[in-house]
Order: sequence, then C-alpha cells, then structure tokens
Amino acid sequence: MKKVLIVGATSSIASACARLWAQQGSEFFLVARNAEKLEQTRADLIAQGAKSVTVHTMDAVDFSAHPSMLESCLAALRQIDIALIAHGTLPDQKACEGDVQVALKEFANNGTSVIALLTLLANHFEQQHCGTLAVISSVAGDRGRPSNYLYGTAKAAVSTFCEGLRARMFKVGVHVIDIKPGFVDTPMTKGLPLPGPLVSKPEQVGLRIVKGIERKVDVLYAPGFWAVIMLIIKNVPNFLFKRANL
Amino acid sequence: MTDSRYSWGRYPSAPQNAHTCSWRSEVSDLMSRVIADHGTTLPFGNGRSYGDSCLATSDQVVQLRTLDRFIEVDWEHGVVLAESGVTLAEILALSIPKGWFLSVTPGTQFVTLGGAIANDVHGKNHHLRGTFGNHVHSFGLLRHGQDLLTCSLSENPELFAATIGGLGLTGVITWAKIQLMPIKSSQIDSTVVRFDSLAEFFKLSAELDHQHEYSVAWIDCLAQGAKTGRGVFSVGDHASYGSLSVEKRKKLQMPVTPPLSLINNLSLHAFNEAYWRVHPATPSRRWGSYEPFFYPLDRVLDWNRIYGRKGFQQYQCVIPDAAAEVAMNELLAVIAASGQGSFLAVLKRCGDAVSPGLLSFPLPGTSLALDFPQKAELTALFKRMDAIVHQAGGRLYPAKDAHMNGSDFRQAYPAWEQLEALRDPSLISRFWKRVIS
Repeated sequence: MKKVLIVGATSSIASACARLWAQQGSEFFLVARNAEKLEQTRADLIAQGAKSVTVHTMDAVDFSAHPSMLESCLAALRQIDIALIAHGTLPDQKACEGDVQVALKEFANNGTSVIALLTLLANHFEQQHCGTLAVISSVAGDRGRPSNYLYGTAKAAVSTFCEGLRARMFKVGVHVIDIKPGFVDTPMTKGLPLPGPLVSKPEQVGLRIVKGIERKVDVLYAPGFWAVIMLIIKNVPNFLFKRANL
Repeated sequence: MTDSRYSWGRYPSAPQNAHTCSWRSEVSDLMSRVIADHGTTLPFGNGRSYGDSCLATSDQVVQLRTLDRFIEVDWEHGVVLAESGVTLAEILALSIPKGWFLSVTPGTQFVTLGGAIANDVHGKNHHLRGTFGNHVHSFGLLRHGQDLLTCSLSENPELFAATIGGLGLTGVITWAKIQLMPIKSSQIDSTVVRFDSLAEFFKLSAELDHQHEYSVAWIDCLAQGAKTGRGVFSVGDHASYGSLSVEKRKKLQMPVTPPLSLINNLSLHAFNEAYWRVHPATPSRRWGSYEPFFYPLDRVLDWNRIYGRKGFQQYQCVIPDAAAEVAMNELLAVIAASGQGSFLAVLKRCGDAVSPGLLSFPLPGTSLALDFPQKAELTALFKRMDAIVHQAGGRLYPAKDAHMNGSDFRQAYPAWEQLEALRDPSLISRFWKRVIS
C-alpha cells in the first residue's frame, strides 16, 4: 500500500501505473485538467482496489495553483510515497517554428511546469526524508531531432534537472527516477506514423515504471530496448546526424 | 498510430481501419467523424468474432477496446458496471478474489463486454443459465446523432432485446452492467470420460448435464467407421473448497503467421488419435484452476495464426433436440468423408433458457463447432453441411460465420426484420449486407 500523487493522472501511462498501485490497495491524489476524465479515472481505480482516491483539477502551467494543490494533497495523504509527474503534450513542431508564443507555451507544458512542480515537491520531500519523485520525460530528450526538437528540448531540460535533483535528494534519502518512454500507443501519439514493432502498449510501460520505482532505478528506458537504440543514436556524430531526417 | 484489425478467422481477409478513442465522452464525436468521412461504420471490440460479422462494409470501424475502465463494482451483490471495452479476463481479475465469477463465459476470456453482449455469447453452462444476455442488467447505447440511451428490460426494452445478439448494428454499447455469480473457489471439480459414439454422448449428456454447472464434449471429427462419433465428455462445477486466485500463468505467443496452415491432415489425425487415447475410458475426477477448464486456447496468444495466411473458418450450428442425433451423425459422416476438419471440435447440449436477445443463437438442442483451415474445397463441404442443418431445422452462429446464405439465415432467424428495423442506419457489417439481401 502506497500513498501516491499523480500529476497528469488521466494520461494513459499514468493510468496504467495507477492501476497496478491500486491493486496493492494504494491511496491516491490525482491531478489533471479535465474534471470528467479525472472522475472516470477515480471510479476505475476504486474498482481496481484503491483504498481512497481524491481528485484535484489543475492546469500544470498555472504555476500559482501548485502550492495549494500540494497543500490539498498533503491534507488527503499526509505523506507522499510516490509523486509521479506524467503530464505533457506532443507539440506541433512546425507550429512551434512559426510562432514564438506557441513554442514558449509548449515549452511551459512539457518543461517549465515540470521543473516548477519538482522544485516545490523537492522541498517537501526533503522534509519527509523518504519517497520517490518519478518523472516521465522521453527518449526524445536524448537528441535534438528536426521533427520534434521543441518537445525534445523541454524533455532534455527535465532530464538534466532530474539528474541534479537526484544528487541533491540522494543525501536525504529521497529517490528521483527519470523515466524515458519510447513510442507508446496513447491518445498523444494517435495518428502519428510510428514504426509498428517499436510501439509499446501503455500497460507494458506502466509495469516497467512501477517495477523501476521499486528497484530505485535512476534513469529508466521503457521498454528497456530503448536504452540500446538511444545509445546508438546518441553516438551518431553530428556531421551525419544533421543530414538525417529523424 | 493507424491500426489494421482482422476478424479472428482472418477470413475474409479485409483489414479494418480502427478508429479509437479513450473516453466515453469521445465516442459520439468519433462515430460522427467516421460516418461523415466514410458513410457507415461498425463497432469493433477485441476482434474475436470469427467471420465477417465484425467487419464493416466501409472497412472503417470504431474500436472500443480502449474504453476499458470500471465504473462501479458492488461486491456485496456481484454487480459490475464497466465500459464496454473491458475484457472478461479483466473482470475476472477483479471479481475472483471477491468470490464472484462470470455467470456465463464463452471459450475465451479475451472478448470485450460489448462484444459478449452484441454476440449474446454462451458457454458450458447454457443448459442452466442461458446466454450472456440473460445476465445483463442494462447498458448504454449510442446511436448516431442521438443522445446516449440506457437500455434494460424496462427502459427502451425493444432496443435492449435487439442489441443483445444484435451484432453491433443497433448502436455502440459504451457501458454495461452485468450480474456475476458467487463462487466459493476459483478451482473447478471436473469429471472426464471418453465415449465411443454419438449415441453414447447423448446418453452421457442426458444423464450428467443436469447434475453439473458445466458440460461440454470434444469430438474426433475425423474418426470413421466403427470409431465415428468418438470423443471426450467433460462436466464440471466450481469447487466448494480451494482458493480464490486469479490465474497468472505465463501465456505463450504464436509469434508469426506461417505462410501455410500448420494444421493439416497428417498433424490432425495424429493429434486426434492421441487426444482421445490419453483420456480415461471410465469417469475420472480432476480438480484444477478455472483457466485450463474454460480457456485452454487462451494459453497461446494469437493462436489463430496457426492456420496460416489464408486463415480459417469456424462452422458452428445448433440442431433442435428432436433431430439432433440423426443430424449430428450425418454431419460427422460428411466431415469425416471430406477428410477436412480440425482438432477443435466441440459438442454441447444447449438448454431451453430463453435469451432476451432477438437474434440469440442457441436453441434447445445440440451445438457443434469446428474449425477448418481455409481452402476452396470448403465451399462444397459447407453447402452439404448447410443442407443437413437446414433440413433438421437448425441454424448457424453469426458470430462465427463467413459463408451462410441469406435465405437460410432469414428463415432461421425470423426476428431479423425487427433487428433491421431497429438497426442504426449508419452501422452495417459485411455479414449483415450479405445475409439480408
């Protein structure tokens, strides 16, 4: 039984993790933008065995709403064993190239809002002296690709932030896990021409995340074969990389 | 991701373009969009219908497997309310530890709740509990351009009856509320015994069916001469003692679709002979998990691929009691003479419970189901079998069918006209188009 905070709780990967935790009788504080979807997620987790589920509507880019969210979360759970930051969008790269406002908004969705939440949560976890901060970034953060480098930049920022935060929190007994999913079949990737054999199901990724958190992995590729793929991609020299259309 | 879906038999081979959604609130818009773009569509669950009843004439389906949330569960009364894409396996995973089992389950747990209703599936306890539709309290039905309707015996009863066994033609089922049955353990006490002839099967069935919750028989459809009609009879009950544990045995996976069927005459004769021989000649009792008893084939994921790229057809008919023994003998003779057929041949006595569904398949009588690797010769064989079934006043199961002729269907299912009148005009399958015209 765990006490779990999830931001972006209606996302497919977050739901898959939550179901596994629910089966252990966990308590939840779920945060997302859409109240109706939150309610449906809550009902499902209760049926799956969750001990209690509290829902909270919030847009992660509304930074001023973060402190009161954490306050409500602590009122409901008292302690947080796992905080999973799972919200995000898949920006339209072309639109980001054409409009600074779009680019900055998407950066806020995927980068700044995560950094803001982690900053706030880290200070709480520091007092708690236990627990796990789990953050879903992406393999896209490992390399800037022409097809989605704004998304990749935001995820890279999150990953680097996590790396520094991990070293800080390690000393107080708090674990920080950076989760890097590859291609996952979710509403976010609907309609994208993804290569079939590399696409995983949210349930697969969710199981790997839940196990990775238990094993206190630092950087978790999900599924694991992405570690190999990204090792190769990271080592492609720039004079070749810039010629490719990835 | 764009996704192609096939029917379970992979015949006819018509890849369906699956349009998905993740939330109940999105179904209506998704339906409208697909209908606006392609004229018509069809709801699609987990692709376990064998023939063309799950294939849209437009080849564009609204895929509901991803609607897989539970809405409310009541473990005091065994009532589950869930989205229509939840599979029976997912229901069992939650209900077994609480002491509840599906009141009726088909031979696979990988069908969706919506699909189980749309095909009004039945199982080994049909003689006692009827079909899946007999245990449905209510469901939500979305018809194109209308608000969500709640259907039950008292609310929109006409649509309730038309949708149970309605092959997805009356609207999209978005949620359903079903009644489970209490169990004391998840193990099954079973008794198996082999038999030498159909006459013996009917004797065993008459003697044992009413004493047991579950009853089914495997039959050697290739046996000829003195061996004709031999098989293995099995009955079972939920054990009174044991544990309430969800089966977590690792599943095997059929990794590829071989170019040719791995089921051929050679492998089949050997299989059947061995399978019959390993079973005892006198009744023997067993005790074991529910999974191998109900869902032996679920052990191998994507087992349908074993039939190769051409796929296979399942032939399932039910013959009314009066003519059953004679007709079954004729059918087996025709099949054995053709040298075709498969390991998977199932014989089952159905009871007289009346389903609320208009187009429900079972009749009081005996049902025979067998798989055939797809080949051109099937057309002639099925024609001969159809004639026997027709003569005996029986009928074929739309959920399994890819061949039956329209006039046989319309005669065997006189309520088809009521279903046609209640059909959502924007929903039509290849099956329906084939049999009503």
